[in-house]
Amino acid sequence: MDMMVLVQVLESTMRLATPLLFACLAGLISERAGVFDIGLEGKMLVAAFMAASIAFVSGNVWIGVVAAVGVSVLMSLMHGLASITFRGNQLISGVAINFLAAGITVVIAQNWFRQGGRTPSLSGNARMARIDLPFAEALRDVPVIGPIYHGILSGHALLVYVALLCVPLTWFMLFRTRFGLRLRAVGENPAAVDTAGVSVVGLRYAAVAICGVLCGLAGAYLSTGLSAGFVKDMTAGRGFIALAAMIFAKWRPWHALGAVFLFGLLEAVANRFQNIDILGVNLPVQAMQALPYILTVVILAGFVGKAIPPRAGGAAYVKEH
Amino acid sequence: MITAKTARARRSDPGMTQTSTDMMRQDTAASASYAIELRGISKAFGPVQANKDISIRVRRGTIHGIVGENGAGKSTLMSILYGFYRADSGEILINGHPTEIPDSLAAIRAGVGMVFQHFKLVENFTVLENVILGAEAGGLLRPSLAKARGLLKDLAREFELNVDPDALIENLSVGHQQRVEILKALYREADILILDEPTGVLTPSEADHLFRILRGLKEQGKTIILITHKLREIMDVTDEVSVMRRGEMVATRTTSETSPTELAELMVGRKVLLRVEKTPARPGEEVLRVDGLRLVDAQGVERLRSIGFELRAGEIVGIAGVAGNGQSELLEVLAGLRPAEGQAWMNGQPLPLSGRDCDAQARRARRIAHVPEDRHRRGLVLNFHAWENTALGYHHDPLYNPHSWKMDNAAIIRDTQAKMDAFDVRPPDPHLKASGFSGGNQQKLVLAREIEHAPDVLLVGQPTRGVDIGAIEFIHQRLIKLRDSGSAILLVSVELDEILSLSDRIIVMFDGKIMGERLPDQTNAQELGLMMAGMA
Repeated sequence: MDMMVLVQVLESTMRLATPLLFACLAGLISERAGVFDIGLEGKMLVAAFMAASIAFVSGNVWIGVVAAVGVSVLMSLMHGLASITFRGNQLISGVAINFLAAGITVVIAQNWFRQGGRTPSLSGNARMARIDLPFAEALRDVPVIGPIYHGILSGHALLVYVALLCVPLTWFMLFRTRFGLRLRAVGENPAAVDTAGVSVVGLRYAAVAICGVLCGLAGAYLSTGLSAGFVKDMTAGRGFIALAAMIFAKWRPWHALGAVFLFGLLEAVANRFQNIDILGVNLPVQAMQALPYILTVVILAGFVGKAIPPRAGGAAYVKEH
Repeated sequence: MITAKTARARRSDPGMTQTSTDMMRQDTAASASYAIELRGISKAFGPVQANKDISIRVRRGTIHGIVGENGAGKSTLMSILYGFYRADSGEILINGHPTEIPDSLAAIRAGVGMVFQHFKLVENFTVLENVILGAEAGGLLRPSLAKARGLLKDLAREFELNVDPDALIENLSVGHQQRVEILKALYREADILILDEPTGVLTPSEADHLFRILRGLKEQGKTIILITHKLREIMDVTDEVSVMRRGEMVATRTTSETSPTELAELMVGRKVLLRVEKTPARPGEEVLRVDGLRLVDAQGVERLRSIGFELRAGEIVGIAGVAGNGQSELLEVLAGLRPAEGQAWMNGQPLPLSGRDCDAQARRARRIAHVPEDRHRRGLVLNFHAWENTALGYHHDPLYNPHSWKMDNAAIIRDTQAKMDAFDVRPPDPHLKASGFSGGNQQKLVLAREIEHAPDVLLVGQPTRGVDIGAIEFIHQRLIKLRDSGSAILLVSVELDEILSLSDRIIVMFDGKIMGERLPDQTNAQELGLMMAGMA
């Protein structure tokens, strides 16, 4: 494989990993607070639709992003209402959000744009512009640094860099701030938080809202950065892959970065090499495209060692002594 | 009760027949020497009235005990004081000031700290992180942790509260975890410290250490409320003691002027036998004989070494020993729960200790019943109704299962009702889930199930662990009654008092071996203690 191909694959990995990274951190924060969220997928989908349609209508992608975040947070709060306030089952609430998202996006898109459940293609300011990092042009021909800096790192949409920045931010928030300490505590033993005089409900809502913001960004990037418009079911299971990455990373932000890059890489490889010959056997394109999903199954089946989720995860807090 | 007394005092005082504002001022002045005063606190959980019109005063700088049976409402009352629950009605005064305590934050602000029976610690956090949680010095952790580290060092020196600040909670012993809970309260500058059943999980030496800490805190002027059902602790450390019974406050006494007997009576509401009354045993035929019993566990450790004894009809044989010396394993082997090597005979017929015919069902068919040590894990299915639990293990009984495939639920429910009445299970509701009963009543349910089938041999493990005084007395009487009706009972207990008062013969186990056999009236706790330690 020559250098050029490698750079291309890694460059595409960066882009493909971005929505996964947002979603993975979203799930991580929510689950660290004890609220399981399998509705990442649905929130991303609604956000993707919202971003594309509002960007198309307004002609400004950033208005679309704000709308996407708004609707995603709204759905998160629905999840919060069901699972925190009314102590409903978190999995069922998440499933409901996924179904709701899959249906409502297509129905509204069809009604609004009449293009078979998709939004019109975005162009110009309605799409995310690529950003050239400083000195990228100047360093272009420097060996090693050039391909990495210019070829792989530079030239992505702003949200790609925001996603990368979210990793240290999440880490700092979780492990270096008061909010993070309380957030982790509420996912491990809410009674400890309650008796310490801190609101369990408040903390969990905060975590769920942050999850909503990140899912919104993931969806917005998907439809306005990675592609140029919304297509039916365009998340294609990325919300679940993000969950797998989160478990793979054992709920740790830096490891999450590594995990989503692994998934992104598999997807990039599948896109780049449509057919592969291994020892004379021709591997069809479908097999390559299935790779991220196969890895997901392998991870969720527990082949990556013991992953211990936050102890109070999945359960509503009921006072007991 | 106390409000009634105050009212009486007021009536007898001629200067006090005036306006309500005057009376309130008088009240406040009177309560200034009390750290805590509760007036008319009531709290119901659904149909259960946990606290009924409770009033209590706790003097500043004292250790005040609150005793009562399980389910008397002690923990609920203290949880109200700590803002964990809200009272339905009533008033809380702290240092003489009426104080609203809607949540724990308000309690902490008012200077109240609480050490719950089940610790409220984050297991995979460090000691420091647990201590600062909710009381951080600012938005960032580093300065908060540094501040707490310094303070912890001071507190450790002052009160013997040594804990490694960087240790993870899950790696600490329960005794140390409890110290962390106390540190948490002191870090929040609590003046009033509530401890709920603090010694239930502690070893005797850990408990002694805790009491030293509490006395130290008292000397520093802190007020301590100690909830317990162990009278010995009350007599040892408290200055005053209040007694609760079925949600009501029945009495408050100065500890030096009361006795364990009086307190026990107040708790139960009638005279309690602290010693078991029984006639001498009239042992009959040999029922169960065990010889050369040996058990090697999965790790290859020998847990039982050539155990041999016999059990005769109409006697209680107690097995004494420090927990973990093979008694539990012996019970499990005899109950058919784990296979072992060796020989056994039941009523003269060989009893297989391993192989196909060695399970709990086969044992029941041979008229061996078993009351397991851990009633939550082995005695009951907590999520099942009482009547379903009653049928467990006896689901082939023709009374319950007349057609051999369809259970007669109505018959089971009727039978459960009868058993509940016979064993005074409260509440006597066969449709209540097992988890809805207090520990003592759960144990009565298990005992009723096993005893009412009149077994030839009853294997009993820790029959009164976590059971309140009234129920202990009842359970002991039932065991004696079963013995007098001609059953043989093998009793395993870590409570030496229980072994001494119930048994007709005592076998002491140490390290999987039988150290010797004694008659209860020819031995004492000291001798048995030495044998249990493997020194005799």
